[in-house]
Amino acid sequence: MHRINIFRVFWMIASIGVGFGIVWLWQVSADNRWVSPVSLPGPDRAWTALMRGFTRGELLENLIGTVERMIWGWLLASLVGVALGALIGISARARAYLGPMLEFLRPLPASAIIPVAIALLGLSDGMVLAVIAFGALWPMLLATIHGFAAVEPRLYEVSRALGLSRLEVIWKIALPNAMPDILSGMRLGLTIALILAVVGEMLAGRQGLGQWILLAARAFRAPDLFAGVILLGLLGFASALVLSAIEQRLLRWRKTH
Amino acid sequence: MTAGKWRGLVVPVGLLLAAEIAALVSPVSSDTLAPPSQIFGAGFIGLGDGTILKATGQTMLAALGGLGLGVGLGLVFGILLGLFVILDRLMEFPVEAFRPIPSVALLPVAMLAFGFGYSMEIAIVAFATFWPVLILTKAAIAGIEPRLLEVSRALGFNLFQRVWKIVLPAALPRIFVAFRLAAGVALIVAVTVEIAINPLGLGYAMMTAQQSLNPALMLALLLWIGVVGWGFNALLMLLQSRLFSRMNTAEAR
Repeated sequence: MHRINIFRVFWMIASIGVGFGIVWLWQVSADNRWVSPVSLPGPDRAWTALMRGFTRGELLENLIGTVERMIWGWLLASLVGVALGALIGISARARAYLGPMLEFLRPLPASAIIPVAIALLGLSDGMVLAVIAFGALWPMLLATIHGFAAVEPRLYEVSRALGLSRLEVIWKIALPNAMPDILSGMRLGLTIALILAVVGEMLAGRQGLGQWILLAARAFRAPDLFAGVILLGLLGFASALVLSAIEQRLLRWRKTH
Repeated sequence: MTAGKWRGLVVPVGLLLAAEIAALVSPVSSDTLAPPSQIFGAGFIGLGDGTILKATGQTMLAALGGLGLGVGLGLVFGILLGLFVILDRLMEFPVEAFRPIPSVALLPVAMLAFGFGYSMEIAIVAFATFWPVLILTKAAIAGIEPRLLEVSRALGFNLFQRVWKIVLPAALPRIFVAFRLAAGVALIVAVTVEIAINPLGLGYAMMTAQQSLNPALMLALLLWIGVVGWGFNALLMLLQSRLFSRMNTAEAR
């Protein structure tokens, strides 16, 4: 047990070392101008831009803008997606009538509704939020329907024998059974929410990292651009981490069985 | 089976009829919405004069170009990391650090590096498709029966022979699943890049239709993108079942 842990720590340190090696290579190639500094500034300049952006407060404001948009849109999508999915998933008839249409809509790129949303809502915060919520809705909606459809039929029979109401069946039997599906849908939904938040900010000119990196690129401020890209990478990393922590907590009961 | 398909059509057709009737009852000329008859009309005109097909060609070219590049690189690195555990452990941190960067965050970077056009879109699509292929190829190779690799060692195969004769055939069904996944991602990312900044293809055509206040054409394009995405997906599913149905049954036995 101990030996395994020591091995893991060793490999982790070695792997982080490789990461630093890559950053060092990046620095060397920037110093020697192997790549044009217009499109690829060195890590030192990107780091300075990151620090300067934070001390001036602009970068933090933009980061908060993107995080808020992403989380609100995602929460809205989770709520609507799981509720709608439960309503459709619990009834075989609703699944038969709505399933094919939902399957047709699934491969549709969520960003394709951005022009429609702009036409309806204008270049507003509401538009960006609507696009995020709509785009992030699909994985959760379909995962919930699928999770409900995959519940062991005998469990439904038991619930009927126990005289449970439809709401109780959803809450006590179908929802816990569909939880793993729903959580993986929520994970995908969060990734989509971040992507759509960035695209929405670029198009609508709303405060956020999407707008920050686009403006930086248009003004040829490559260090600021890379500072924004690094932050977006960290944001993606952090959101995946938080979600897998939630997943492990919520699915603890599965391992004990 | 036919009854099931018929029931799936009830809701969409009903919604279209309702939209048409609503437009007939209150005929306001709108800059944002159009009745289904006008949408289909605009779609047929666009298909007839070739503008929609040309835009589809541009989007598909960028999507497939990026897909080819991303899948190729993903396969090479996935095979290397899958075969050499030491390499996999060493690259764990860099992979986990680069993978979560949202593909659209690289849009402005690609804009600076390549300018507008195919190359920037291909680069972004390649980045987005590289990661799933890398991860899934690695996993596919980890799932190969270890005795097969032992056999290849006993036969004295070199690395190329080992990959070509043992690893790829054994991992191919799972690698194809990764390819199908990446193909879906490629189309989505291509359209997203076009909508966000790149003046090319179906996404840009939609943005132009919206800005010139032509909701019928805009919605027709939305519908067409749906059809293209669905058709592309269906084609890949068909390929998968044709190519690998025999292998899957062999595996199940």
